[in-house]
This record gives sequence, C-alpha cells and structure tokens, in this order.
Amino acid sequence: MDVLDIARWQFGVTTVYHFLMVPLTIGLALLVAVMQTAWYRTGKPQYLKMTKFWGKLMLINFAMGVVTGIVQEFQFGMNWSAYSRFVGDVFGAPLAMEGLLAFFVESTFLGLWIFGWERLSKRVHLACIWAFSLATMASAYFILAANSWMQHPVGIEYVNGKPQLNSIWALLTNSTVLAAFPHTIAGCFAVAGTFLVGIAAWHLARKHRTSPSDDPDRKVWFASLRLGSWVGLVAFAAVALTGDLQSKLMFEQQPMKMAAAEALCHTEKPAGFSVFAYGDVQRADCESVKSITVPALLSFLANGDFSSEVKGIEQLVGEYKTRYGANYPVDPRLGELSGKPIDYVPNLPVTYWGFRLMIGFGAIAAMAAALALWLTRRGRVPRSRWFAPVALLSIATPFLANSFGWIFTEMGRQPFVVVPNPTGVDGVWMYTAQAVSAGVTVGEALFSLIALTTVYGVLAVVEVFLLRRFVRAGVEGVMPPDRTPDSDALAFAY
Amino acid sequence: MDLPVIWFVIIALLWLGYLFLEGFDFGVGMLLPVLGRDETERRVLINTIGPVWDGNEVWLLVAAGATFAAFPGWYASLFSAAYLPLLFVLLALIGRGVAFEYRGKVDSPRWRRNWDRVIVIGSWVPALGVGLVLSTNVFGLPLDARGDRVGSAFAAFQWPALLGAVAVAGFALVHGAVFLSLKTDGEIRHRARSLALRVAPVALLPLVALLVLVQSREGFTWTLVPLMLALVAVVIALLRLRVGREGQAFAGLGIALALSVVTLFGALFPDVLPSTLDVANSLTVRNAASSPYTLGVMSWVALFGTPAVLVYQGWTYWVFRKRISTAHIPPVHVP
Repeated sequence: MDVLDIARWQFGVTTVYHFLMVPLTIGLALLVAVMQTAWYRTGKPQYLKMTKFWGKLMLINFAMGVVTGIVQEFQFGMNWSAYSRFVGDVFGAPLAMEGLLAFFVESTFLGLWIFGWERLSKRVHLACIWAFSLATMASAYFILAANSWMQHPVGIEYVNGKPQLNSIWALLTNSTVLAAFPHTIAGCFAVAGTFLVGIAAWHLARKHRTSPSDDPDRKVWFASLRLGSWVGLVAFAAVALTGDLQSKLMFEQQPMKMAAAEALCHTEKPAGFSVFAYGDVQRADCESVKSITVPALLSFLANGDFSSEVKGIEQLVGEYKTRYGANYPVDPRLGELSGKPIDYVPNLPVTYWGFRLMIGFGAIAAMAAALALWLTRRGRVPRSRWFAPVALLSIATPFLANSFGWIFTEMGRQPFVVVPNPTGVDGVWMYTAQAVSAGVTVGEALFSLIALTTVYGVLAVVEVFLLRRFVRAGVEGVMPPDRTPDSDALAFAY
Repeated sequence: MDLPVIWFVIIALLWLGYLFLEGFDFGVGMLLPVLGRDETERRVLINTIGPVWDGNEVWLLVAAGATFAAFPGWYASLFSAAYLPLLFVLLALIGRGVAFEYRGKVDSPRWRRNWDRVIVIGSWVPALGVGLVLSTNVFGLPLDARGDRVGSAFAAFQWPALLGAVAVAGFALVHGAVFLSLKTDGEIRHRARSLALRVAPVALLPLVALLVLVQSREGFTWTLVPLMLALVAVVIALLRLRVGREGQAFAGLGIALALSVVTLFGALFPDVLPSTLDVANSLTVRNAASSPYTLGVMSWVALFGTPAVLVYQGWTYWVFRKRISTAHIPPVHVP
C-alpha cells in the first residue's frame, strides 16, 4: 500500500460515513421546522410532541455530522496537498463560503434552538430552526458546487500551469451543480421520509397492541407516518427526475463514467440498457459480460432519442488517449505509475453495480413509502403484523442508495480527480495519482486511516445505541416534566 | 494595501477569533474535573458553553477554509507537513463535540464519567495541537522547493513549537477560569476566580516565553510594541480579577491574546510559512496567494458575511448572558 491507496480509502470511508449523517440532518431539519410551524400556528399538542421527538433524533445525529465534517475539510490539505495547491485558487472559495455563510448560521442558530425553549419568544425560536434548516441546504449547495467543479471545471482560465478562477458566477451556476443539488437534496428527503415512516409505523403498531384507542400519542405517530410517506414519495419522484437530468448531462460531460455505469464496451446504435449482468464484469475483459438488456433504452436515457448512438468504453479510451495523453508524465512523485500508460477505465464492477444498487435501493424505499401511504389512506391504521418490521427495515435503503450513488460518481471519474471538461479550457485536469501529498509518509497516512476508522466505528455504535433508546422511549422520553412555576431551572440544559 | 496583505491580516483575525472563543471553551473543558466537584457542578460548567461551543468551533473551519481559498500553497504545505498534530486535533474535536451532546443522554454515572474524560482530553489536545501548529508555522518547517515536507513525520515537534503548544493551552486554561467566574454564580464562581488568580502566573508564563522567543528569533522592532502591550494587558487583567472585576479581566486577557496574535503574525510577515531548509523555499504572502480575482471575490464575501456573523453570534451571547448556578440545573430527564 502506498500513500495514494491509503488516502483514497480514507477519503472513501470518511465521506461515505459523513454522508450518512448529512442527509438525515438536512431532511429532518426542514421537517422539524414544518412541525414546529404547525404547532406555532395551531397550538395542537401533537405537533409540539412531534417537534420534540424528531428534533431530539435530529440532534443526536447532527452532532456526528458536525464532527465528521471537520475531517472532510482538513484532509484536502493533509492527504491531498498537491491537489489543494493545483486547484486552491478555484476550489477554496466555495469551501470558505460554506464556512462563512452556512456553518456559522447552522451552528449558532441550532445552539439558540436547543437552549432557547422558553427563553426566546415562540416566534423567534421558530425562526431559529428555519435559519438552521436553510443553512444546512446552503452548505450543501456550496460543497456540491465545489464537487461539481471537480466533475466539470468551469469559470476558469489556465495560467502558469494552474486553473485560475475568472467567474465565481459560472462556478456557482455550473450545469453540474444545478443538477446535482436537487438530486442530492431529494436524496436527503428520501432518507428523512423513510426514517419517519419506519419509526412511526413501529410505534403505531405498538400502540395498537398496548394502549387504549384514545391515547393522544397515536396522533403523533399517525401524523408522522403520513408526513413521512408523502415526503418520501415526492422525494423519490424528484430523485428519479433529477437523476435522469443528471445522467443526460454526464453522457456529455463524462461519457466514460456513463459507459462504465453500463459496462458498455462497444459503441452501440441504438444502445440497450443493461438491467442485470451475469457474466464477469471485469475491466480487463468486458467481452465476457452477458446481460439482460432493454433494447434502445440507454440511447433514450442518454439522448432522449431511441435510435441515437452511445459511445462504448473502447472507443472512449482511444479518444481520451489522443486528447489527454497515453502515459503519465515522468515524475518520481508518481512512484511506479511514472511514465506508465494511463488506465482510463474506471473500476467496472464498482461503477456498474454501484449504479444499479443506487437505483435498486431507491426503488425499494419508494415502494415502502407508497405502501405506507396506501395502508393509511383515509385515516386507516395499518393492521398487518409485517408492515412495521418492513417499514423499520426500509429505513436503511435510502441510506444505501445515497452511499452507492456517491461511490459510483466518485469512482466513476477515476483516474481523474479533476475531470477534463470536454468543452472547457484545455489543460485543466488532474489525475488522482498526482493529487496526493508527496511529503506525507505511509506511516502517517495509515495511522490516520486506522485511527479515524476506529473512532468512527465506535461512534457509530454509540449513535445507533442512543437513537434506538430515544426511538423506543417515544414521546415520553422527550417531553420535559411539568415544572413548578417558581423554579429557577432552565427549560433545557445539557 | 494590496489584497494578499489584507488576506494575511484577515487570516490572522480568524485565528484570533478562534483562539479567543474556543480558547475559553477549551479552558472550561480542562477545568471540568477541577472545578466541577459533583455532577450538578459539572453540568453548570458545561452549560456555560452549551449554546455556543459549536459556533466557536466554526472559526477553526473558516480559518482553515479561508487559508485554502486565499493562500492555497500555505494551506497545502502546513496541513500536510503538520500532519500528526492536526490529526490529533481532529480526533480530539470529534470526541469533544459528540461528548457534549451525548453526555446527558443516558442517566448513568459510568456513561457520564466516560464522556467527561473525553471532554477533558478533547479540550487539552486541540489547545495543545493548535498551539503547536501555529507556532511551528511561525518558526518554519523543513519544506522543499515544491512546499512538501522533507524529513520525518515528527518535524513539527520541535521544542519552540512545543513551547507554543503549552502557551496556548495555558492561556486557554486561565481564560476559561475567568470566563467561568464571569458566567457562573455561587461557590463555583469564587472557586473559578481564585483558581484563575492562583494558576495564572504559571500558566501564562509559556505564552510570555513564546512571545519573547518569537521576538528574538523572527521579530521586527515594531512587533516589540504589541508584545509589551500584551504583557501590560495580562498584568492589568489579573489585577482587575483580584478586585472582582471579572468582565474587565476577561476582556483584558482577550486584548492580551489579540496583541499576542499581532506579535506572532507580525513576526511571520511577509512569510506565511518559512522553510527551515532554504529561504528560497519559504512561502510568502506573494508566492502563496490566490489570484487577484479570487481574493476580490472572497473580500466581498468576507465584507458582508463577517459583520453578520459577529452580530448574530454576539446576539447568542446576549441571549444566554445570565450567570448559571446549581439552582438552574434541571433534573435529569432521559429515557
């Protein structure tokens, strides 16, 4: 193992992990804001209970999102200093803007929200959760703008061997981020919606067995279940729609990524969409791949036209070699890759299956949301024994779909870390192998990977333990006991 | 003045904001086992920073992000060369942030005791680590012509930098104690004040030594001015604390910190990260800066963003301005 492999593993581990917390926070933040608004408007106790219960779960999860986010910012400099030097003029700006314009709002107003019960006026307190929610989405926009620039560099000129920003507007309105942002945000609400459905269904089933039918908490779970399934269903429709837009864009911007997503070896006209491959999806030999395909569907997905041509991996490799060079530059810092031929084909099993698992898990979650909506139609309470466990299990599926989506999109751009823009400025691209820190030793990098993975593993156990505890306790676990009016005690304290 | 110089000043200010705000909240964490004699008292301490510690920590993220945007070479070289100290800072901050949020979520002495340990370690390590990295930054690192570290993973652990580590941690400890005397009421308040007075002469000594060392090695004539003023501010702050003016003492230490940062960054300028191997390899305000366009964009962002941050963060401190005592701590209510 060299520093490059270790740094890539660390980026993969920490990013996938971080993005388990992020979508739940983004999704729940807005839903909690909506619940609290409903309470503010109507004064009905069930909305306050919903706010407190889902808000508590949001906070347990948010803490982990914050602390794992710091690692994300630091590792660009620590493990990827050559990358940071190369792109800093462009890439640093959205990162700094994320901190200054979004993280400050997020952290400050969440602090006000947590501790502000009964200290702030109801109206101002409500405004705090809205500010928090909007800031989580703003931060998503800035970081996706940064990521989209790596996928599709725009707004730059090439000066002294480095990209230099010449239009921040172009960077922030990159067609790639305009598609990636709604896709990602929809993915966040898919997570939150399914989360509500699973937990509320479980509680409803339990109430059904154990409590009288006039138990006021039944309303809490029923309303949560309905809200979650609507949010989930709409989110999944949005994910599919924006995903389609995004993939059309990717066929133009990163044709190799999409050919790899399909394991499409030869250029086809029209091209079929591979539903399932049963041969050996290996990069060296894509001849042996056999798959069940829907004729001409890929042509339609790529270009909106059933008879159009879609380029295959073989042809693209040739084109990339002509345009970006056949061999890595001779540079001792590239180690054994120095001067060697560049392999332009991403890891096919990962891209091919990553793409399918993303869609597959998303579809399962969508079906769970639709099922929940159907079972609760016109105020019905689901009676079947198997619904609650299925709904609870389905919570995992949008998380998995998100993870596979990111693994696909990041692995699918290899061997590049900054992918060349086919219609952009010449010369602006960077191979992942060139991006890693040259001064960092294998020992340091490995220690970092092991330490972070261990700590993340332990904290995952703790978070799940706490979430489970608060989920089981239900509303009683989060509603503060009635206080004596003359008490000095704070409404909330750590 | 030109943009790279302005951005050098802004980054110094961001570090100042970080050291000021998270400095005292590290101090609170360090003092948890000392000043918090029972569970309720420990909760008093934690709740003095409960609503604000996360916002304080964002200053670190913004300092790092602004360095990335304005001086990519500086960010890249410093973060990869000071790898191990930064990794420890990260690990400690991860534990600390989670500890605040999770500590009170289970009603078990063992659970709380373990998280208390995380808070204490998680407050000492980043204070030491940030102090180490910032002072290493002033003294320089063995960088080659491309800005990469030559030599061992422990290059950042030189004795002057270790002095810097203790300096920042010592300052945080004292500032934290003064903050607690300002934010708590009852017995803890008095204990915090007398502790601050007792430990200050020792705990602030490394900072004074660091400033003198920096001045003698890297300083200019003019940096002697903020240095002397910093010493004066420290003395005044401690005198005010003796007569019970906790607010003035807190502010005085803040001013001392600001003047120390001016001395350190003043001595660093016009370098941003000196190379100890060859002056030609040093990263400077000129050769490490981003393009004028990027700096211009960032200047507009900072011009509108920073005042807003100061206003709403200031407002938070105003909302939670009341002193906290054991009478304010509600009973534990967890599932």
